[in-house]
Amino acid sequence: MPNPRLRLAGISKAFGATHALKSVSLEVAAGEVHALIGENGAGKSTLLKILSGAHVADAGEMELDGRPYRPVGPLDARDRGVAMIYQEVNLAPHLSVRENILLGSESSSLGWIDTKASRSRAQDALAGLGYGHFPLERAAGEFSIAEQQVIEIARALLLQPRVLIMDEPTSSLTKSDTERLFTVIGRLREQGATIIYVSHFLEECRRICDRYTVLKDGETVGSGAIAETGVEKLVTLMTGRPVADLYPRIARTMGPAVLETSSLERRPRLSPASIRVREGEIFGLAGLIGAGRTDLLRAIFGLDAADGGSVAVLGRPAGRATPRRRWGQGLGFLSENRKEEGLMLNQPIRDNITLTKLEAFGRLGWVSAGRQSAASARWMDELAVKCRDADQNVGELSGGNQQKVALARLLEHPARILLLDEPTRGIDVGSKAQIYEIIGRLAAAGKSVIVVSSYLPELLGLCDTIGVMRRSELVAVRPRSEWTEHELLRFAVGKD
Amino acid sequence: MSTLRRILSKAGPFIGLILVVGLFAAPAETRAYFLTYHNFKIIFTQTVIVSIGALGMTLIIVSGAIDLSVGSTVALTGVIAALMIQRGWGAAATTMAAIGFGGLVGLLNGTAVAWLRMPSFIITLGMLGIGRGTAKWLASNQTVNYDSSPIDSWMTTPNPSGYALPAGVWVAITLAILTALVLKRTVFGRHVFALGSNEAAARLCGVPTVRLQIMVFALAGCFFGLSGLFQLSRLRLGDPTVAIGLELDVIAAVIIGGASLNGGSGTVLGSIIGALIMSVLRNGSQQMGWPNYFQEIIIGLVIIVAVFLDRFRRGART
Repeated sequence: MPNPRLRLAGISKAFGATHALKSVSLEVAAGEVHALIGENGAGKSTLLKILSGAHVADAGEMELDGRPYRPVGPLDARDRGVAMIYQEVNLAPHLSVRENILLGSESSSLGWIDTKASRSRAQDALAGLGYGHFPLERAAGEFSIAEQQVIEIARALLLQPRVLIMDEPTSSLTKSDTERLFTVIGRLREQGATIIYVSHFLEECRRICDRYTVLKDGETVGSGAIAETGVEKLVTLMTGRPVADLYPRIARTMGPAVLETSSLERRPRLSPASIRVREGEIFGLAGLIGAGRTDLLRAIFGLDAADGGSVAVLGRPAGRATPRRRWGQGLGFLSENRKEEGLMLNQPIRDNITLTKLEAFGRLGWVSAGRQSAASARWMDELAVKCRDADQNVGELSGGNQQKVALARLLEHPARILLLDEPTRGIDVGSKAQIYEIIGRLAAAGKSVIVVSSYLPELLGLCDTIGVMRRSELVAVRPRSEWTEHELLRFAVGKD
Repeated sequence: MSTLRRILSKAGPFIGLILVVGLFAAPAETRAYFLTYHNFKIIFTQTVIVSIGALGMTLIIVSGAIDLSVGSTVALTGVIAALMIQRGWGAAATTMAAIGFGGLVGLLNGTAVAWLRMPSFIITLGMLGIGRGTAKWLASNQTVNYDSSPIDSWMTTPNPSGYALPAGVWVAITLAILTALVLKRTVFGRHVFALGSNEAAARLCGVPTVRLQIMVFALAGCFFGLSGLFQLSRLRLGDPTVAIGLELDVIAAVIIGGASLNGGSGTVLGSIIGALIMSVLRNGSQQMGWPNYFQEIIIGLVIIVAVFLDRFRRGART
């Protein structure tokens, strides 16, 4: 490429021992819509944060229109012409559309807002997107998510950015809203805007993008013109890597079904889903974030009320769904959100491990801290949790050790059916291997495990059966032997 | 730094109490009288109402909520008790009724907070008005007088210069020990910490969070009702306008004692010391002849300094 608008070369970034990016290169020509593609954890978010000035790269160089680009913060990046539209809408819901669009760059004299100039600037920005009819004085919060996104784009365009980055803009949009957004992007392209479009949905990328770059494990593994590249090729680029030998296969036999759901439903996030998990089985749920996998687990466990369908445990209807009742029935749940839902960070390890069954640690409502500590110490030893003692607050531990404490709760209870939502998210490879081993041992001992994971090699390495969810629907369930990473991804991103 | 933090974290409120006592023990004007047993007997007696309230408030704040209706509950239960005494009810029935009505107010607060999922700040701000209004209504907007009641003697001793402490002090000490044990050593207490620390995690672990939040408010309401009785004992009449702003003293005691308004942390011992620190400041200021407004300024500063030190010992950033 002779004179790219944006050029990145050799960008590296490490967080502690984790190398999020290893020598990434990216070239985006002026006036093109460029797809940035990669699996969860491939390094897209880190790269975007470096581009938008939230992180500083450890090594490598960036150029914007041939001149060195080193933003020192998000504001600096914006001033130099790199604007970012985040996945989640970031508007002030109580302010009007006009106020939102002009936030931070108000037309004013001596601190007084020049309403007339403001109105025409906001109007122009919206008209450029084909939304010139928007009522400027209505509160932004009254609009739909898709419309709010348009307001955000208008705000970004006000500064006439050289590069506009859109991070998974369609992940929370309905199909018709997605179409409307594509119309907007099409308009922007005609006007010569340069856009980096980040998405999992390969078909979408092929429709609206000119060229692509694929990230895989923090490296650039391919780029080119998207029209000449099939979805198959893109999937191969995203996944093509031998699976490290992280997953010990322990011989196990499967017994009768212990957990069944029939048409379990929670609108609109979970369409009726029926699964059947057997004793000693590890059942994987694949799919993109927001595809309904977490919603299925939460509905089973009673964390969110289902709208329809039923759950049976050990062949009997499991009745009204509350977490308390489910623990009593031998189920256990590991939240994907360790800090917000999984753990009580400012409480000691022992309370975190034993909270589901405090009654067992004393009589008549009394709790013996000594017995709690003794029980906790056993798991801390078995799972090799690095900590001072059971009295230490769990918030002081590293991510991997926190996750082991959260898992220890299910083991101490002890749960017979374990629902694990992203059990290895955000933890180092060593801890991951340990958690895989624990899961394998549990299944070998006759426990049943459902694992939700966004990392496909993990599911393929660990599970006996894998189901794929896409846009709230369970689209396929097959034995592990009938799946390949390629196939899983194909189902997850929607090419049947 | 970390050793200093550890010392502060174990002994924080104690150090504050010693500093405040030292402040008034040193000057020539107060030295002779301030450190006498008799003066401390007065301080302890003056702390009873706030400290019993602080026990209830500790439960609520540890659970992650707040209660602004304490002063109103104290006035309401005091008026109800006075009306019952006026009509010839005995001390036992009156006591049960005051505690019961306090519990009822708490039950209403807790139910609204847990079921309607409203912020406790707002619900109890509403209850602050409702309780106060009801008290004035029941009392026909004047004080409720009665001849005498056994309750009158709870905050005094037959021989004011003797060594015996009034019954109220012993009740407060006993309840403090019980509440500390319940919070530290029972399923209920650990569940309260879990609720305040992370409600979502508590729910995930099967803690009945709705029922628990209601129970916390109801139990705390019983404490506030008891505070109302001791307020009555001190005044010897039911006054619907008494204890305005008492909730702020009670909350201050708990916060000075090291609890976090975010929930999940706090100790009974800390709250009691927090209440004592404020009593000592009031008592000492009076003996120094400082005007009332000066006391208010000092207590305000103490709250801010105490919370700042608390943050420091927790190693909080920013």
